[in-house]
Amino acid sequence: MFQTVALSGSRGERLLFSNVSVTVKPGTLLAVEGENGSGKTSFLRMLCGLLSPDCGAILWQGENIRQLKELYCAQLTYIGHLNGIKDDLTPVENLKVSASLAGDENSGTIVQKALEAVGLGRSVHLLPTRVLSQGQKRRVALARLWLSTRPLWLLDEPFASLDAAATSYLTQRLQSHLSNGGMVVVATHQEIALPPDSVQHLRLTL
Amino acid sequence: MSQPSLSEALRGVIRRDLLLAMRHRSDVAMSVFFVVIVASLFPLGVGPESAVLRMIGPGVLWVTALLACLLSLGRLFTADYLDGVLEQTALIPQPLAVLVVGKVFAHWVISGLPVVLLSPLLGLQFGLSGETLGVLTLSLLLGTPTLSMIGAIGAALTLGLRGSGLLIALLVLPLFVPVLIFGAGAVTSSLAGIGSEANLSLLGACFMLSLAFAPWATAVALRIALE
Repeated sequence: MFQTVALSGSRGERLLFSNVSVTVKPGTLLAVEGENGSGKTSFLRMLCGLLSPDCGAILWQGENIRQLKELYCAQLTYIGHLNGIKDDLTPVENLKVSASLAGDENSGTIVQKALEAVGLGRSVHLLPTRVLSQGQKRRVALARLWLSTRPLWLLDEPFASLDAAATSYLTQRLQSHLSNGGMVVVATHQEIALPPDSVQHLRLTL
Repeated sequence: MSQPSLSEALRGVIRRDLLLAMRHRSDVAMSVFFVVIVASLFPLGVGPESAVLRMIGPGVLWVTALLACLLSLGRLFTADYLDGVLEQTALIPQPLAVLVVGKVFAHWVISGLPVVLLSPLLGLQFGLSGETLGVLTLSLLLGTPTLSMIGAIGAALTLGLRGSGLLIALLVLPLFVPVLIFGAGAVTSSLAGIGSEANLSLLGACFMLSLAFAPWATAVALRIALE
């Protein structure tokens, strides 16, 4: 179980959100909503532990993530606003490196299957990522989810620049993660086509 | 749930950076050419007086190696910071300080090692003799990793700032001074025939000290830059 307790965050002088208490149970997805600049990205980075909250705490299985540190990092997969892929490497190389750094399986066939699952055909596997479109780059970043075996996924605008086909692949992948007892936190503007009883909404306001 | 072992994570970081360097071979070549050209300018400018060249040689070669390291420091974390790889690295469930050592090692292989390997050739231009050339290479071999280690702190502290190139130089060059003194001192004392062991030992001590503190300081600075 993943919890935030009375979380407040600010950027510089500006308070973004305060007193956010929310619980994510296994098998559920938390959709973080809010206008541009309402602090969705900061909220997610805070959940990763990249940003420290002004006050409040983030608990993983009842323990503060500040104390858990690396143990907590081993539980989460974060895909940020930035793709975290290298433009000069091919999609296959990118995925292999990030899977091996996450301790996931990274054999050639598994990596290629993940790329195909996200809708990237073999024709682009060996091109430098630099020449791909924004949507294709996003798909390369998201392909990590097909390799990830970690229970908590933190996704910042995963649907941005994806087309309808990729959106449905991703939704299916989220669905199967949830049905395996996984947890997802998504910052998004879009409605996610998942059963309503597995989705919880959080609107960030002051 | 999955977790990479420490050596797996370290190898992964090093492999990615070396792979990227292979794709950007021109960057590597540039820092090598920089060293060759700067070191060759001095004999041309000072003239062929071999006594003078031999006197300034150790200092010139060391300052050149130091500047080459400084030039390449800007690249150490900037690209990772801009494309989001750095935040992913910070989330790897292993100590960030150890992963920093991996990145610094890769940086040294790319920018420091070529200088070390070229140094005997460059030393010849200054009329250094066989044994002194050996000491020069050894001192650079001990000294350039130290420069990369110390430089990483500056690179991490100035990450995301405007005009960070100049700021790195101002932050890091004073810290390079001891390494420069002991490194050039080792070569000079070998030239004078009084043995270079003392200076080389001090260089080794500098390396161990930087290995103990610099990764940790760099990791803290990177976390601040990511906030």
